[in-house]
Amino acid sequence: MPGKLKVKIVAGRHLPVMDRASDLTDAFVEVKFGNTTFKTDVYLKSLNPQWNSEWFKFEVDDEDLQDEPLQITVLDHDTYSANDAIGKVYIDIDPLLYSEAATVISGWFPIYDTIHGIRGEINVIVKVDLFNDLNRFRQSSCGVKFFCTTSIPKCYRAVIIHGFVEELVVNEDPEYQWIDRIRTPRASNEARQRLISLMSGELQRKIGLKVLEMRGNAVVGYLQCFDLEGESGLVVRAIGTACTLDKLSSPAAFLPACNSPSKEMKEIPFNEDPNPNTHSSGPSTPLKNQTYSFSPSKSYSRQSSSSDTDLSLTPKTGMGSGSAGKEGGPFKALLRQQTQSALEQREFPFFTLTAFPPGFLVHVGGVVSARSVKLLDRIHNPDEPETRDAWWAEIRQEIKSHAKALGCHAVVGYSESTSICEEVCILSASGTAAVLNPRFLQDGTVEGCLEQRLEENLPAGCGFCHIPYDELNMPFPAHLTYCYNCRKQKVPDVLFTTIDLPADAAVVGKGCLIQARLCRLKKKAQAEANATAISNLLPFMEYEVHTQLMNKLKLKGMNALFGLRIQITVGENMLMGLASATGVYLAALPTPGGIQIAGKTPNDGSYEQHISHMQKKINDTIAKNKELYEISPPEISEEVIGSPIPEPRQRSRLLRSQSESSDEVTELDLSHGKKDAFVLEIDDTDALEDVHSLLTDVPPPPGFYSCNTEIMPGINNWTSEIQMFTSVRVIRLSSLNLTNQALNKHFNDLCENLLKSLYFKLRSMIPCCLCHVNFTVSLPEDELIQVTVTAVAITFDKNQALQTTKTHVEKSLQRASTDNEELLQFPLELCSESLPSHPFPPAKEHLESASSNSGIPAAQRATSVDYSSFADRCSSWIELIKLKAQTIRRGSIKTTVTVEKASPVGEGNFRNRSAPPCANSTVGVVRMTPLSFIPGAKITKYLGIINMFFIRETTSLREEGGVSGFLHAFIAEVFAMVRAHVAALGGNAVVSYIMKQCVFMENPNKNQAQCLINVSGDAVVFVRESDLEVVSTQQPTANCQPLCTGGEVTT
Amino acid sequence: MTSELDIFVGNTTLIDEDVYRLWLDGYSVSDAVALRVRSGILEQTGATAAVLQSDTMDHYRTFHMLERLLHAPPKLLHQLIFQIPPSRQALLIERYYAFDEAFVREVLGKKLSKGTKKDLDDISTKTGITLKSCRRQFDNFKRVFKVVEEMRGSLVDNIQQHFLLSDRLSRDYAAIVFFANNRFETGKKKLQYLSFGDFAFCAELMIQNWTLGAVDSQVDDMDVDLDKEFLQDLKELKVLVADKDLLDLHKSLVCTTLRGKLSVFSEMEANFKNLSRGLVNVAAKLTHNKDVRDLFVDLVEKFVEPCRSDHWPLNDVRLFLNQYSASVHSLDGFRHQALWDRYMGTLRGCLLRLYHD
Repeated sequence: MPGKLKVKIVAGRHLPVMDRASDLTDAFVEVKFGNTTFKTDVYLKSLNPQWNSEWFKFEVDDEDLQDEPLQITVLDHDTYSANDAIGKVYIDIDPLLYSEAATVISGWFPIYDTIHGIRGEINVIVKVDLFNDLNRFRQSSCGVKFFCTTSIPKCYRAVIIHGFVEELVVNEDPEYQWIDRIRTPRASNEARQRLISLMSGELQRKIGLKVLEMRGNAVVGYLQCFDLEGESGLVVRAIGTACTLDKLSSPAAFLPACNSPSKEMKEIPFNEDPNPNTHSSGPSTPLKNQTYSFSPSKSYSRQSSSSDTDLSLTPKTGMGSGSAGKEGGPFKALLRQQTQSALEQREFPFFTLTAFPPGFLVHVGGVVSARSVKLLDRIHNPDEPETRDAWWAEIRQEIKSHAKALGCHAVVGYSESTSICEEVCILSASGTAAVLNPRFLQDGTVEGCLEQRLEENLPAGCGFCHIPYDELNMPFPAHLTYCYNCRKQKVPDVLFTTIDLPADAAVVGKGCLIQARLCRLKKKAQAEANATAISNLLPFMEYEVHTQLMNKLKLKGMNALFGLRIQITVGENMLMGLASATGVYLAALPTPGGIQIAGKTPNDGSYEQHISHMQKKINDTIAKNKELYEISPPEISEEVIGSPIPEPRQRSRLLRSQSESSDEVTELDLSHGKKDAFVLEIDDTDALEDVHSLLTDVPPPPGFYSCNTEIMPGINNWTSEIQMFTSVRVIRLSSLNLTNQALNKHFNDLCENLLKSLYFKLRSMIPCCLCHVNFTVSLPEDELIQVTVTAVAITFDKNQALQTTKTHVEKSLQRASTDNEELLQFPLELCSESLPSHPFPPAKEHLESASSNSGIPAAQRATSVDYSSFADRCSSWIELIKLKAQTIRRGSIKTTVTVEKASPVGEGNFRNRSAPPCANSTVGVVRMTPLSFIPGAKITKYLGIINMFFIRETTSLREEGGVSGFLHAFIAEVFAMVRAHVAALGGNAVVSYIMKQCVFMENPNKNQAQCLINVSGDAVVFVRESDLEVVSTQQPTANCQPLCTGGEVTT
Repeated sequence: MTSELDIFVGNTTLIDEDVYRLWLDGYSVSDAVALRVRSGILEQTGATAAVLQSDTMDHYRTFHMLERLLHAPPKLLHQLIFQIPPSRQALLIERYYAFDEAFVREVLGKKLSKGTKKDLDDISTKTGITLKSCRRQFDNFKRVFKVVEEMRGSLVDNIQQHFLLSDRLSRDYAAIVFFANNRFETGKKKLQYLSFGDFAFCAELMIQNWTLGAVDSQVDDMDVDLDKEFLQDLKELKVLVADKDLLDLHKSLVCTTLRGKLSVFSEMEANFKNLSRGLVNVAAKLTHNKDVRDLFVDLVEKFVEPCRSDHWPLNDVRLFLNQYSASVHSLDGFRHQALWDRYMGTLRGCLLRLYHD
């Protein structure tokens, strides 16, 4: 569908001097879109030209609108020779293509040159007139909204979460060997920037089409990455979660600043007036072979299905049909039982989300990950990127089977990454196996969890911990106990996940960042030999990373990891592994045992002494950590402890018959779960090193906390000061006689020192928490290790830091239920009995329909890991946990809400609504944060995705302050360009900001360096919560701080 | 293991005031680190020397990048690269343009030329201020001078507008520019007792009363150049000392009024003619550029020193000068009352400021 793109060039400022004679510049501007170019007049002799051009109009179709960036080039007019380029601005006009986002792009953009960096600014106005009405337009891929945020965006509610979308496009890299082409660097850099911009536009459009096919209208958790494969080409790939989102009509949902997005979830409208934007308006399934049957006899009501319906274990597909739903009443849409659930039929039941609406996540099984080593080959036909597709499909298949082995039908917190060195590429994928509540999934019948009895409502905050797998067929040995919270269901002793801590999880004390770091030397080799060597090393690395994580977790006295991200990086002569996660003490899980050291030679007296000394140190550290992180789980009464945990043996005998056939699972046992106290055997120097390195991790200085999740478990009283930062370090190893130990130590020191520096730099913000700490390791050259960290420091109010999460959760639940009762999209409870009279909305049909039995076909369970199967292939470990159906019943929550409590809240909302937005927007302060929220503020509008790719190159490295000066300036420029684009869209913040790539190459001998940076995020408008009714009742500091001071950071 | 690259970039640019001061003072990174270590920061924060080194490097790099913008402060406000809250921007600018008393005394009244810049080595050795810091201060003076030199309008306002300095600092710069333009001698030994503040005070009075801008606010260089016509006219004042009758009458008028009011009356009476001759001759000489430069030397020699050697209290000086200038109005034969007031009004203020130990 065609549209008219209109561009006006207003003025420039701070232009560089292009004519040495006059110290001035004769600047003009070229505006290019697709193949059409317009020019402004030359504005003679000024560094601050006022072009004030006419409106340049481009008539284009929507495919171009989506793919092409608007290119603005500023040039210096030269009568006698060629005009000199000053620099360029690329503007992604995508945000103008959806109705709710920005309507105009207008502002000062930095003029960027890949050689000189930012050279002045240009003021541009861009508008798009769409010829057809917006509704029709939305049928095309243009209308699909994209969000980087890995949760349901704040001012939306999820009507349906459809599931995984992925796409990749490949092309030749215009500059596959940058150093070779150094002579025309500007041209090749620009060609590359333009190409990548085009490719990401195309990718986004293609993903959009898939979303529309699924009848969604948005992609959440959109993650787009570039693989610079060198000579074999350039791959741009993206994954995301397709959703149908509904914009909340008014800012009624007035929420605490730092809560999880989940609280914004609303109930599905239960009555007859259908929400036109929900899926209910049409058959809502991607499955082509769908059939519907309407049979009153088969209609289940919530009442009838009582306790066991919701989380039915049956491999059945419930498909809702809108028409049936709307007709309501007696005609319940009922679905054919199918042998496989819809989720199952979905190619990949993956979700890139890390935080969920309440009730969505039923059980968590554990981390699933898969890696594969591939040899890169030139991509012969860019239009048919089958090889790359096949590679990823293979990995995803494996992830899926891992999840199944854990008794889970879905994978959440899913992400993919690559590491490339020369022609070897490691593809990695990881996620958290989970059982989801199908009600959100449109077509989802749940399959997979066997125990469904929900005798009574369980306390909130532990359900997700309950094991989803059959304890008799545990895919790995684990030590199960009854949940310490509800005493009803089994839980594992530790829980590893890639998602954020659920908002309602009951946590003791605070969390902390836990990292495992590991290096392994590897012989230099070529091609297949190299790939084989890497494949052989990977399992050992995975194992060690896991062991380190486990040790460190125990050392902290904690029992669960969230946000786990393991990165394996391949270099010429080494492999690096870096795992980051946030450790917490989950109240539902058992207290972790200590760590015991055992020597191999118990007779040696002095050795014994050494061991016991070390043991003491470890015990002291654990005690200290418990104090530091305020971990003091409530004492468990005798009676409870004594609660009968059936003898495993007995149980298995008892139930063996039920588990019909369980293939042997060839899992690598990583769980270490069997012992109460964890035993470390010190049998060689290696192990000794390990123990030492355990103890060398220094806790953050007082007043500092750190985590790599969105929010810090145990802290919920954020104040409004935030400081996002990126820090990069590169160290050069002296190549002589490097051993694994020495390498480990260097790497460990590098990371530790980096953290220490961060704490020091941000000391003026104390008390504060580093959130979303994201480490990236790369090995740019033989002896270089590069670590890049992006995080945000958020201040909090120490005086209220003691508030427990529990009350936080309670209050927020109350809030959710009181504030939004009529808006609630989803009932807070999973049980069905309390909803007697509503006609069933189609989205839920499937739920009720699937009440029967039959677990996972046993054969599917055994398909986990097989290390030895492929030379180029390395499957990884599966970490596990368990679960049990947990529910919050609506009734129970309602009763906690009193009218008195509800009314002030309502008033607060009203005030907030009527209050004009803070007149903050002075001179365009733009906040940036990797989080999905801004403390003390409310996001009112999403303006579109920011996805930018920059190349910077220099041939005068020394003059620019060496590598540090060069990169420092470049990153500052990237921030500036992101902020400028957000400001031009009318926004004042970027949330879910991520620096996906920072590829740095240097050649000091030639005085050259080059860097590529790819960043993305969501441009938003936020307003301060001037009088906010936060969870914590008195939080004056957060409220009264004027907006403009919030970002002020001093040291 | 060596650190090849080590950077930290915040969305809001971090500014450490202490490090900024060290940077402005011209310390090298290693010196700055040593000084920070001595300040006890390691003990307070539990950081290591390596952390401090990295932090200092980082700040220095940031300041280095900011320096270009600080040369034209309005650019700092409009640039997009560094997101800095307004209060911090003001602090950066104010501190960058701040100068050392010891340094400014060395340079005040000198031509802000390459030649002077070469002498910065000596100044650095003499004052103990690092050469780097001397250079920055000198370049600041020169930069401000260049920008406002030929501008019309109030000197202080121009400086404030183009460099976004505080009122206090703008006034100081106005004095520096004024002194540099008129090349007043301030370095002579006998002037050493005077502070920059003393000169700045005089400069302000002179700008207000003796420049072109004092009579016409629409001329170029209005506040920078002295009013040539006025200086020429000052020759007319000579009659006050050349005409014996007038001088006697003037003296008797002053003495009559001040009798019994001064502790140093007799000394005053004895010195009246010398002092009056001194003050009037200073005025008469101002037609020559060379003598304009020596204005402060002359004032100190002809007035401050004689009074000081007779131990006049400051209050007596004030009474004397008031009476001395006022009495002229009663001299019937003297026709240049307005000229006298313009001259003496400013001079009286200056002399009172200059009269101290």
